[in-house]
Amino acid sequence: MSRHVVAAAAEVPPGGRKLVMVRGRPIAVCNLGGAFFGLLNRCPHQGGSLCEGLVTHAVTADRPGEYRMSRQGEIIRCPWHGWEFDIRTGQSWCEPDRIAARQYPVSVAPGADLVKGPYVAETIPVSVEADYIVVEM
Amino acid sequence: MAETIDCDIHPGVPTVKVLLPYMDAYWADAFVQRGMDGFDLASYPPGSPIACRPDWRRAGQKPGTDLAQLQSAALDAFGARFAICNPLYGGTVAVSETMGAAICSALNDWIAAEWLNADPRLRASIVVPAQAPHLAAEEIDRKAPDRRFVQVLLPAGAEMLYGKSYYWPIFEAAQRHGLPVGIHAGLMYRHAPTSNGWPSFHLHDYVAGAQVFEDQLLSLISEGTFLRYPGLRIVLLESGVTWLPGFIWRAIKTWRGVRAEVPWVKRSPAAYIREHVRLTMQPFDAPDDPAIVAQLLEEIGSDEMLLYATDWPHWQFEGERAVPPGFSPALLRRITVDNPLATYPRLQESIA
Repeated sequence: MSRHVVAAAAEVPPGGRKLVMVRGRPIAVCNLGGAFFGLLNRCPHQGGSLCEGLVTHAVTADRPGEYRMSRQGEIIRCPWHGWEFDIRTGQSWCEPDRIAARQYPVSVAPGADLVKGPYVAETIPVSVEADYIVVEM
Repeated sequence: MAETIDCDIHPGVPTVKVLLPYMDAYWADAFVQRGMDGFDLASYPPGSPIACRPDWRRAGQKPGTDLAQLQSAALDAFGARFAICNPLYGGTVAVSETMGAAICSALNDWIAAEWLNADPRLRASIVVPAQAPHLAAEEIDRKAPDRRFVQVLLPAGAEMLYGKSYYWPIFEAAQRHGLPVGIHAGLMYRHAPTSNGWPSFHLHDYVAGAQVFEDQLLSLISEGTFLRYPGLRIVLLESGVTWLPGFIWRAIKTWRGVRAEVPWVKRSPAAYIREHVRLTMQPFDAPDDPAIVAQLLEEIGSDEMLLYATDWPHWQFEGERAVPPGFSPALLRRITVDNPLATYPRLQESIA
């Protein structure tokens, strides 16, 4: 597994997301309040682009007819068929134990560290003053 | 198969006159004064082929109205240890709530006195005025103490979908008494039996009946009825069986995409169906190919859901082939004995 610099951290502010390519794979990088998460951008159902889906909240209920909203911004819905995925874990809402969007570890590293390596950053110019998003794959 | 439990037979009401002794003075008089009779359901006209197999038909009699014939043709011939009587009659669907309730009450008392008392193998469903849930609940409370009543009976097509709050009193009463609710094929015929209006032919009416069951199941699941009444058991009677796997697939697929509109539906629709829903097996609707039948059973994904039934005297099969080929002896035992006993606690207690 190697670490790939995919974007400057400033490109994906809290609540934002960005589609990047790592070793030929599309990865949806999401920023939840400063924590970064990476999901393979192919819905495990039929391959829809998760990055283009609606980022929404969890809807739960304690009893019929009642609705509770929580975890604003932490659920992404596939634009094709509406399947919901937990951005933090990749788990599907309906079958969390069986169906999940594949996850890749994402972190933020300062440019000063990156220039020392070992990182793969063929396409991202790195400056020592900025922070960068790093995907492990 | 002398232990067999037949979960759907149909004793017939020959005329409303037999019910009059079981009515209060007002109604006993009213049916005579108004000259009202013939409350047979439009879903099963007594003369129609579906209503009675030819060799079970008796000239000059409505189907299923002869106790001795029911004993020999339905009980003895199939080796029934128990059989559950599901009378299909107009009290359940009458436009007048009070008249409907009067017919249902009289029918329940008549069944108890003249059928259940006559043969210890017989059990019955409580027929209720489905058009008046508060009166239906009263009738359930009134008859539930007689433990030979093992179920509440509703028509498949009613005034509304059964998940609506209007029907809570029925499900609450059923759960209170530990009674499953049987939903039998048949309609009130006040609403078109399809969502596109009135079909022209019986062919369409009967085949489309499966859609009505699908609608009721979806309503009960999506409205959260099984969460509100966790002890509720639904038995689909004469619903057909083989439509179920495709229906379950479609329900799961769609739920995964839109479940946020019904967040209380926390599990897959299949989970609620397998836990709360049972189906009788006539008609089954499959070819006489054991491999195909076995495949369908695997797709249904549970050996606990099917209940043996002859649907006597309705014309679903010839001879004594009430079970299609392809059932292993172990599965046969489940559907004819174990599953009925598990579904109907009152049957279990009567042999304990």
